[in-house]
Amino acid sequence: MKMKSLVMAASVAALAAGGAWAEEGKVKVGMITTLSGGGAGLGIDVRDGFLLATKMAGNENLEVVVEDDQRKPEIAVQLADKMIQSEKVDVMTGIIWSNLAMAVVPAATAQGKFYLSPNAGPSALAGKGCNPLYFNVAWQNDNLHEAAGAYANDAGHKNSFILAPNYPAGKDALTGYKRTYEGEVAGEVYTDLGQTDYAAEIAQIRASGADSVFFFLPGGMGISFLKQYANSGVELPVVGPAFSFDQGILQAVGEAAVGIKNTSQWNKDLDNAANKTFVEAFQEEYDRLPSLYASQGYDTANLLLSAMEKADVSDAEAFGAALKEADFDSVRGKFSFGNNNHPIQDYYVREVVKEGDVYTNKLIGPSLTDHADAYAADCKM
Amino acid sequence: MSFILLVEQVLNGVQSGVMLFLMAAGLTLIFGVMGLINLAHGSLYMVGAFAAAAVAAATGSFLLALVAALAAAALAGCLIEMTVIRRLYDRDHLDQVLATFAMILIFSEGTRFFFGSFPLFLDIPAALAGPVTLPGGIQYPLYRLVIIGVGLAIAAGLFLLIARTRIGIQIRAGEADREMIAALGVDIAKLYTLVFALGAALAGLAGALVGAIQSVQVGMGEPVLILAFVVIVIGGIGSIKGALIGALLVGLTDTLGSVLLPLFFANFMEASAATSVGSSLASMSIYILMAGVLLFKPTGLFGEA
Repeated sequence: MKMKSLVMAASVAALAAGGAWAEEGKVKVGMITTLSGGGAGLGIDVRDGFLLATKMAGNENLEVVVEDDQRKPEIAVQLADKMIQSEKVDVMTGIIWSNLAMAVVPAATAQGKFYLSPNAGPSALAGKGCNPLYFNVAWQNDNLHEAAGAYANDAGHKNSFILAPNYPAGKDALTGYKRTYEGEVAGEVYTDLGQTDYAAEIAQIRASGADSVFFFLPGGMGISFLKQYANSGVELPVVGPAFSFDQGILQAVGEAAVGIKNTSQWNKDLDNAANKTFVEAFQEEYDRLPSLYASQGYDTANLLLSAMEKADVSDAEAFGAALKEADFDSVRGKFSFGNNNHPIQDYYVREVVKEGDVYTNKLIGPSLTDHADAYAADCKM
Repeated sequence: MSFILLVEQVLNGVQSGVMLFLMAAGLTLIFGVMGLINLAHGSLYMVGAFAAAAVAAATGSFLLALVAALAAAALAGCLIEMTVIRRLYDRDHLDQVLATFAMILIFSEGTRFFFGSFPLFLDIPAALAGPVTLPGGIQYPLYRLVIIGVGLAIAAGLFLLIARTRIGIQIRAGEADREMIAALGVDIAKLYTLVFALGAALAGLAGALVGAIQSVQVGMGEPVLILAFVVIVIGGIGSIKGALIGALLVGLTDTLGSVLLPLFFANFMEASAATSVGSSLASMSIYILMAGVLLFKPTGLFGEA
């Protein structure tokens, strides 16, 4: 009897000690991303990039829980609640779409959780809504569009027709383009989110007398638009952000996209060691070329891992400072955070080409260098 | 707003209407003859598009792809009719909605299981690519004209089928009084399977034709399904003529609304506010149209009380 209770006490003590030792240094990450429905390709790429980085690092203190938000804000909110309250995650990440981000991020940071955005970068969270717990590892929504505007100036476009879907990132897109673009706007159209038939818009482009087209239509919307545009007889040059020309979409668009210039903060042929490792490892692991979304997921994981080396996630100030240092090898080359925890980085112009059987992007040149976002001044941090 | 732009937008509206008609015709037949609300119709549209994409990638022939779309959708239709739908005819509409909604989920996940989550490539054949110049100097994509042609041909074919053939008589009789034709010796089970497969084939064809100019991805059928329901409510349940008129109305309202409303608001608002308000109203316009029609004709334009 005495032996039994002694053994019991000893094992309970060991378990408690073991449990306590295991808690320190461990980080649980809740990833809510879009794995089904029309925009699934983006979420899958982000998840695959993120998990590749965690696998390559082999850090046993990092645990990742992945859930599918199906591109629905109400589901994302439910999943966020579940992750914070029942899974007890320390850090959250993963959201692709800005409308879902606006639904989840403010609540998550209010509950003391770090949020690292691998994609969505709404202007509201870059300016007045900035938060020491919120870091954006991709870009602020306007940035790629600002780079497109700068390229349009370089290319001599004087009268652009611009279109985007009617949702926060769409509005940010056209605002961003107009911020750097110096020519006239022949027409400005907001389409429905999820719209698949652009015949009406293409007819308007034809009638507007524009000399170029700028559009932001991520996912399936972009595929539809490009296919329809290519067959419409309208021959105007097209510029867009990388979102409509990413690796996942190009195969579905095919010939219709070749020759179109697009802007991005990353391309697979960027010349640095981290990027070469990333592209090779991604191809070997998943048997496909990575897209910019995958590179963003990969960088987010590496940022998190770098912070975990320096501080404990339970110490919010120290961990936040460690994240802000951004002391990791980004696949983009140089990478640093501004005062509002959004990236200051270079943006490039790429052209869609066909390499063998595969449609992909080729780097043409830089568009904006060391570019910060336009909302940093509104952030009180 | 030039005349050329207007004509082009009208053509766009007609084309979008004709595609909706293919979906709505199947849906209205199924609802009219069998009294069944079939939410899985959008999934059959998706099945047609995926079958076409797969066959086009394997053989390179668009024609074969279309045939494959018809066959695959009809087959899928027969299969679900014989296994699931058959048990729903005598049930409450809500039970039908629940069961067919489950079918949507099964089809979506099943398609993702076989084809992956990324969109598939389906392109129009080179012979139909590019624009043609219509009288008046209007440039219009050839493929869209072909779609209008195919849709109208199918409408004519359906009219002939319903009005002039034996099957058509049975379908019309079934819409009027289901029990009576069973009592008169018509094999109801076969008739229902046939009607369901016909509706499914039409949806699959629409999916293949439209998938070539849009993206072939999981979940592509649901937005079209909602519009198709609006069409059959406007046109009247069970009426093919109603489906055609309703579809053309919805297509034209949607297209012309999205173009004309922002222009209208630009008269007293600045540009980006006008486009914002105009496009929001435009996306509501077809539902406002539906409400308007129902106010005056609660059973739809050509429906029976």
